[in-house]
Amino acid sequence: FVNKLQYLARIDRARALTAQTAETDAIRFLVGTQSLKFDNQIHIIDFDDENNVINKSVLLHDAGEIWHISGSPADKAVLTTCYSKTSESRVLTCAAVWRMPPEWESGNHESPDDSSNNPQTLELLCHLDNTAHGSVACVLWEPMGDGKRVISLAENHVLLWDLQESSTKATISSSATLEGKGQLKFTAGKWSPHHNNTQLATANDTAIRGWDLRSMSQIYCIENAHGQLVRDLDFNPNKQYYLASCGDDCKVKFWDVRHINEPVKCLEEHSHWVWSVRYNHSHDQLLLTGSSDSRVILSNMVSISSEPFGHLVDDDELSDNEESQQEDKGKEPLQDSIIATYEEHEDSVYAVEWSAADPWLFASLSYDGRLVINRVPRALKYRILL
Amino acid sequence: PLWIKAAAPSTNNNSSSTTPPDSDPNGRRRIHSMLKLYYGLNEEGKAADQAESLDPCDINGPHFDPEVYLNKLRKECSLGELMDHESCMVKQIRSLDSDMQTLVYENYNKFISATDTIRKMKNDFKKMEDEMDCLSANMASITEFSARISGTLQDQHAQITKLSGVHTLLRKLQFLFELPARLNKCLELQAYAQAVSAHRRARCVLQQYSHMPSFRGIQDDCHVIMEQLAQQLRQKFRDGGSSAKDLSECVELLLQLDEPAEELCDKFLSHAQSRLEADLQGLEAELKDSAITDTGGGSVQKTSELASKNIPEMANGKLHVFVDTLAARYFSLVERRIQEEKGVSDNSLLVRALDRFHRRLQAISKLLPGSAVPSHGTEIVVQAARERIKQYLSALQTFYHDSLTDVRQALAAPRGASSKDATPSLPELLASLSNFILNQLKSVLASVHLFTAKDITFSNKPYFKGEFCSQGVREGLVVSFIKFICQSSRQYCESAGDRGGSTPPALLLLLSRLCLDYETSTISYILTLTDEQFLVQHHTPVTPVTALCAEAREAAQKLLNHYVKVQGLIISQMLRKSVETRDWVNTIEPRNVRAVMKRVVEDTTSIDVQVGLLYEEGVRKAHSSDSSKRTFSVYSSSRQQIRYAPSYTPSAPMDTNLLSNIHKLFSERIDIFSPVEFNKVSVLTGIIKISLKTFLECVRLRTFGRYGLQQIQVDCHYLQMYLWRFVSDENLVHFLLDEIVCSAAHRCLDPSPMEQSVIEVICERG
Repeated sequence: FVNKLQYLARIDRARALTAQTAETDAIRFLVGTQSLKFDNQIHIIDFDDENNVINKSVLLHDAGEIWHISGSPADKAVLTTCYSKTSESRVLTCAAVWRMPPEWESGNHESPDDSSNNPQTLELLCHLDNTAHGSVACVLWEPMGDGKRVISLAENHVLLWDLQESSTKATISSSATLEGKGQLKFTAGKWSPHHNNTQLATANDTAIRGWDLRSMSQIYCIENAHGQLVRDLDFNPNKQYYLASCGDDCKVKFWDVRHINEPVKCLEEHSHWVWSVRYNHSHDQLLLTGSSDSRVILSNMVSISSEPFGHLVDDDELSDNEESQQEDKGKEPLQDSIIATYEEHEDSVYAVEWSAADPWLFASLSYDGRLVINRVPRALKYRILL
Repeated sequence: PLWIKAAAPSTNNNSSSTTPPDSDPNGRRRIHSMLKLYYGLNEEGKAADQAESLDPCDINGPHFDPEVYLNKLRKECSLGELMDHESCMVKQIRSLDSDMQTLVYENYNKFISATDTIRKMKNDFKKMEDEMDCLSANMASITEFSARISGTLQDQHAQITKLSGVHTLLRKLQFLFELPARLNKCLELQAYAQAVSAHRRARCVLQQYSHMPSFRGIQDDCHVIMEQLAQQLRQKFRDGGSSAKDLSECVELLLQLDEPAEELCDKFLSHAQSRLEADLQGLEAELKDSAITDTGGGSVQKTSELASKNIPEMANGKLHVFVDTLAARYFSLVERRIQEEKGVSDNSLLVRALDRFHRRLQAISKLLPGSAVPSHGTEIVVQAARERIKQYLSALQTFYHDSLTDVRQALAAPRGASSKDATPSLPELLASLSNFILNQLKSVLASVHLFTAKDITFSNKPYFKGEFCSQGVREGLVVSFIKFICQSSRQYCESAGDRGGSTPPALLLLLSRLCLDYETSTISYILTLTDEQFLVQHHTPVTPVTALCAEAREAAQKLLNHYVKVQGLIISQMLRKSVETRDWVNTIEPRNVRAVMKRVVEDTTSIDVQVGLLYEEGVRKAHSSDSSKRTFSVYSSSRQQIRYAPSYTPSAPMDTNLLSNIHKLFSERIDIFSPVEFNKVSVLTGIIKISLKTFLECVRLRTFGRYGLQQIQVDCHYLQMYLWRFVSDENLVHFLLDEIVCSAAHRCLDPSPMEQSVIEVICERG
């Protein structure tokens, strides 16, 4: 059993990584490259679990270097990218919805020698036209939605788009603008999977804000959530009020948005800025963080997870079987702990992502283009499952 | 024995001789014998001498025969010899004659005088006999006279005796008769004690003779008066207005008047109670005016003292209950009073008051051996001592905070605005701060030490000997305070986590040094001092010095790390702003080092100075000889051109990765926010690492034009020129700056680097 697999992307630099959200069978990650000179590409990384082999396909993304990538939750062929475009000595980050050409899967697995082979190009579905609003930081799909709604965060604007006519047309259905003093540019955001998908959390500078998408108004604001810039956010998939954030103060904080004065918990394990934080989609005690200290840390936050310590034992069972009770007592509750620190990367890790198909698998991407796929340690996996 | 044996022959000799036994002195005996010889006396019986002096020629011997002697002389001696012999003999005879004459004369004289004496005696005795006769006659007449006198006085004497008996009786009677009047007068004068004693004296007599009507009258009168008196006493007693002493006198008198003791006891107690109530209320009122704590102690003590004197055994139980209830109230008052004693200014006053309090209670314990009062009192003292320690701890804590505030203000005072010596330097501040704290701690220890002074009664209680010293002073005060210092220091790290602006970095540095000093020396000094002063015997486990030191060190480390973070953050923010706000694509050709870089170098230099004031230099790796002149050959030389120039042709994209990976393979992983060591170089290295890493990450988020890249080149070269000297390993600076330039090159739309020589010129121009 191989615990980790590395894949050295044939790319100069890369920041953007996403799991293919709609794909539930294959373990598949998408990586967007960042190069000002070459044609940028999207690498589709397939991990063959049984054979422990990585297969890679490449699609051409000729619009520009990719800063952010996100897969549609409904159609696995559809994705959005945020890319920078230089025109007239001006750099602007735009966003667009793309479709992968249907043929990419059919034996287009690039072999190492075959680099000259011309990769296929992504099919542009529509632009999320943002010329009026400025550079786009990220595009968010409606979680578990039908792939018809996306949000883009452009400078200090929140734009909610409706994708129509098979995503070939995007119209702004509503928008909100953050106004006030200080640095108002959004750095990250997350669409909450709870509350019927009506909530959004954004980060700008050191603050985290919650938005109600129905009224497009702010519902909470955690000022100074981090000592410095907030880099990323993620919602606990199972506990509706809980979210995790990370930032330049090297900390990962957990918030209950009903009590925003104090974080529920705070981790300080990284030795530099934390760029990415991700809850495991099914076992929310598992938390992945990636940092520019080149480390990826997998933590086990039992105390604030939706799964209580150990397992709930029914009262009936307890009274029936005294032995099991003793057994249960003997079993120590799991403590919040770091499960593993992964040091395979040699440059800053800007993105980490859980696989959409296998909850025990995750990928991390560092700036030098190295993608590492790791598994949750088997012992812990069994401990959680059994 | 020996002398008997030796004497035996001589007695034999003596018995055989007829000489009288008065032959003690040899001299006299010799003369005596010579005389005897001369007179021819007692030749007989000289058997003993015969042995020696049988020789008839011995002229001194008893058997001297003149004929034989003469014949012998004649036969043996010549004429001349005979002549000589003769003359010698004549001479001897003459001297013997004169001796004899002298003796005779002497004897005669003596005899004469003896005769005179006897005659005189005869005369004297006669005279004496006459006088004796006269005396006896006189004696006889005296005897006669005296017999006569006594005979005549006999009657009168009997009469006088009788009369004096009557007199005393009469006096007694008079006393009895006067008694009612006297009692009345006493009653008037309120001399109750006299009245009672008088009545007591008369009581039994009256009792005895009550069958006689006159006595009966007196007795009745007395009864009435005494009744009245008792009434008055009772009245007085009931009124209770008089002093405790009067009251107890009252009780005493009433007791003598056979009042029922139990009732009296109750009454007395109730009186005492009301009196003490008043006292207590007074105390309660005084409580607000912060009077001395111990005024009430005396009254309780006094009362119980009097009470116990007066009231016999049977009342003991009542007394106990009484004292206990009152004492409970009193104690609650004292407790309240002590609790109000918040100010820590003068501990000796409190200790003295407690001592007095305790002393009085000890007195009660002597009066009432079984009472729980003294132990409760001791508890109060102990409690007060505990409270005091707590108060001192909090006072120390506030003092610590205050002095920190002072330091903060001193740090915040603008340097140079006033004269230079007005603002003390960091080492001075540190020294004064640590001195302040130490002195304060010492004075507190001295104050607390009063509790265990020898002349304080409660100092020899087991609590004050053991627990107070170890758990109270050592743990509760000293250890807690040190822990508090460490903890509050740590809080500075945490509370200041947001933006780092709340605590001035210099204060962090100062505190870190303070904690480190504590770790190295101060803690062990303080604890040794405490142990010595209080002779702490550790019955219970106490915090070891090492644990405290570890804590202090941890705090020092945290503070220093935080200092590095804060300072790094300040520089980082400058760098970040400078990168984020600039339009790097459309920038002009670099002519100067950007001002922000100069600022970074300036700030780093001032930090270097600041840290250097408190921390040692530290070790740095050996420099290459040309450190200052080292250039960015890596990217400015043609080799570097090769390094990334080809990477822009799609044919060989591997090279760059390979190169950079190989490069990274040989350089160690850099932990940016890693703990630093306690020295200047390490601190500066930490700060520079943080700053440059921020610079790198910011550069990676931007897109550069040709001149943007060149500007970065210039800036990095400038930083290189100045920053290497601060860090422990200059390669670290090289590596990070290299990464920055490389990243900028990668993010550059038109990567055509500037010539190294031009860069150098620009940098040297400033």
